[in-house]
Amino acid sequence: MVKIEVFGTGCAKCKSLLKNVEKAVQESGVKAEIVKIDSIQEIMNRGVMMTPGLYIDGDAKAVGRVPSTEEIKKMLKK
Amino acid sequence: MDEKKECLCQPIETLVFACSGGSNVGQIANQAAVELTKERQGKLFCLAGIGGHVSGIVEATKAAKRLVAIDGCPVKCAKKTLEQSGFNPDVLVVVTDLGIEKIAGPTFKAEDCKTVVNKVKEKLGA
Repeated sequence: MVKIEVFGTGCAKCKSLLKNVEKAVQESGVKAEIVKIDSIQEIMNRGVMMTPGLYIDGDAKAVGRVPSTEEIKKMLKK
Repeated sequence: MDEKKECLCQPIETLVFACSGGSNVGQIANQAAVELTKERQGKLFCLAGIGGHVSGIVEATKAAKRLVAIDGCPVKCAKKTLEQSGFNPDVLVVVTDLGIEKIAGPTFKAEDCKTVVNKVKEKLGA
């Protein structure tokens, strides 16, 4: 089970990232737990200084940008 | 504070990394980065996170359009730290290159900090 964390306070970019993540998980068939973190204090405490942020199994994969569904699928394969 | 109204999604144009070392020029470099952030010329960012290979800091740095390094002295620790993680600063200012002498201790004159701020702004074309 892969743990995917999406960091964002709920703006359009953050929502777009969450949508891409959900689509990537669905299309890749990877078993994943998707966790959305929208508390700005928790985001800052985790060292995410820009949003949206995408972490997979605790490792930052994209911060401050919205990766495409295809890019996320590649991240999930690694 | 209403958390929902805060957002860290602003477009990233310029990130500023300062050496923050243990001499007057290191502290001038750091304070210059703070002043540039207050003037919205860039965003003070975490050089220690780059040196520590903290993935969130490294990924955020990749998303920036321009990187500014402010070093206190010719040793250029900020520039070297960035380079070791694969980043080349677009703008580099070395405080001692501006005629400010390096001395022991963190105390500095505000006018020296202003000199550094102005030099960075000049190089950024601001």
